[in-house]
Amino acid sequence: MMLHVENLQKTFDGFAAVSDAQLEVEKGEVVAVIGPNGAGKTTLFNLITGQLKADGGSIIFKDENLACMTPYEICRRGISRSFQIVNIFSRLTVFENVRVAVMSYNKRTFNLFSRAKDIDVSETGDILKSVGLFEKAGRISGSLSHGDQKVLEMAVALGNRPEFLILDEPTAGMSPEETRNALELMKLLSRDRGITILFCEHDMELVFSVANRIMVMQHGRTIIQGEPEVVRKDRQVQEAYLGGPDELF
Amino acid sequence: MVKAILSDSRALKAFGAGVAVFILLLFVPCFLPRFHVYLLGLIFTTGLLAVSLNLVLGLGGMYQFHHAVFYGIGAYTVALVITKTTLSPWIGFLLAPFVSALFSLFIGLICVRLSKLYFGMLQISLGSLVWAVVFRWYSFTGGDDGIHGISVPGIISSTSGAYYFSLILTVICLLAMQRIVNSPFGRSFQAVRDNPVRSEAVGINVKRLQLTGMVISGAFAGIAGSMFVVIEGSVFPELMFWTLSLEIIIMCLLGGWFTFLGPMLGAAIIVLLRTFVGIYTEYWTIILGFVLMLLILFLPQGVLGYFLEKFERSGMKQAQEEK
Repeated sequence: MMLHVENLQKTFDGFAAVSDAQLEVEKGEVVAVIGPNGAGKTTLFNLITGQLKADGGSIIFKDENLACMTPYEICRRGISRSFQIVNIFSRLTVFENVRVAVMSYNKRTFNLFSRAKDIDVSETGDILKSVGLFEKAGRISGSLSHGDQKVLEMAVALGNRPEFLILDEPTAGMSPEETRNALELMKLLSRDRGITILFCEHDMELVFSVANRIMVMQHGRTIIQGEPEVVRKDRQVQEAYLGGPDELF
Repeated sequence: MVKAILSDSRALKAFGAGVAVFILLLFVPCFLPRFHVYLLGLIFTTGLLAVSLNLVLGLGGMYQFHHAVFYGIGAYTVALVITKTTLSPWIGFLLAPFVSALFSLFIGLICVRLSKLYFGMLQISLGSLVWAVVFRWYSFTGGDDGIHGISVPGIISSTSGAYYFSLILTVICLLAMQRIVNSPFGRSFQAVRDNPVRSEAVGINVKRLQLTGMVISGAFAGIAGSMFVVIEGSVFPELMFWTLSLEIIIMCLLGGWFTFLGPMLGAAIIVLLRTFVGIYTEYWTIILGFVLMLLILFLPQGVLGYFLEKFERSGMKQAQEEK
């Protein structure tokens, strides 16, 4: 088991955003987390990657408990993430955005006297080529379109050469074409590079076309985790969505 | 491609201009009156102090509200080594950046866990504590009188000697700081300024990076402080009073805190304003206030920031026309 989350809890001012989350991810899997708005998906991701501290429960990643670790310690253990709301270095160029992550992975952050412009050029270039942003490498990232910024989100996360990639609504706000490209990219990362992917998404078509297993959350609790077909037929899952199964799946 | 050639030729031009200015500055004592030579030395000293602040303020986005403390500590280190010990004065100059860096580390360790305004406010409090000790400790620091008549080594005691000392140290420090700005550390520091949350998520230990930035910046402020002793021959507690810290922040904003040399220009403007307008009125700060108002309204990116932006636009336009 690569990641094992058990009985995870997080409360904000008396409101239980996550009250009993359970999650299991095997190496090489693509796992989706779905659930209505406010189900606690983003909070769960923030707890796994250390942006938030859990009130209870455990997050075991490769036999280590992540619950007491800072985000940078978690990142160094091989977990990278992208954010739901674009969260990039908006005044740096596209190239520098990715290079900062690559330099961090290669432990060069505290290098004071080398020239940054000569460092990790090919590795950064390869990542940008793989996501299709190489042509825009010199642009200030804040000036990119929303779709490109979402792709850059993913590229920055790849800069740390993750074993485990967490994507928080990777296609939110993208055009249909951009969504197709992002989907292809996820499949590629999983198939060719063997990266384990955990993501949450509202686009059910995308979820069912790419995920090996799906975990469903409601009111901060895990309802079920299983293969897409099992989840699709589960009565509790159908009830969790107001529109019923036909509209959603 | 065009952009790359443009930036290469621009870097070459900037380098050429820098060398020309340096050569010109080398000959300044030959044709300028002593007072103006002294004034230039003071501009280098204050400018270096402002650029060192901008390492953490502009590059790192940290609210370093009491930078003058590290300047004062550098100056007092030199003064105390010369007046209270039998050690060579040069040891004082060597020690200044290290003692300033050490104080920076202590204050940083306490402050860096806080963010933005809280960081700045706690730094003002701790810095003021250091000032109060220096202000009251008559037997060691000379208290509010300070230490006067500090005899620096003969080679740098004359006006032109002090000038060359400050010029050469300033150039060396600026080159070192520019190297740091363009290093992986500098890039990561910029990333932290833009987005600390994301920086942590890509594996950067943000607090440690900020602390390192503070220590480096404090060390350069200490060097500026040691230059002040050579220029003025005295030290006093006002060197580490919070109003001076505010003045340095204004220098950065005035010159352009997103440019490397902007704070140097800001320092020159303020030193000249204080010297020449100060002759006519002690209320020269009224004019400074007026200049600041105009700046905020019309040049929010600072004087050098404004000209660089204009220069960049005309360069891009020219490149497009050539294309």
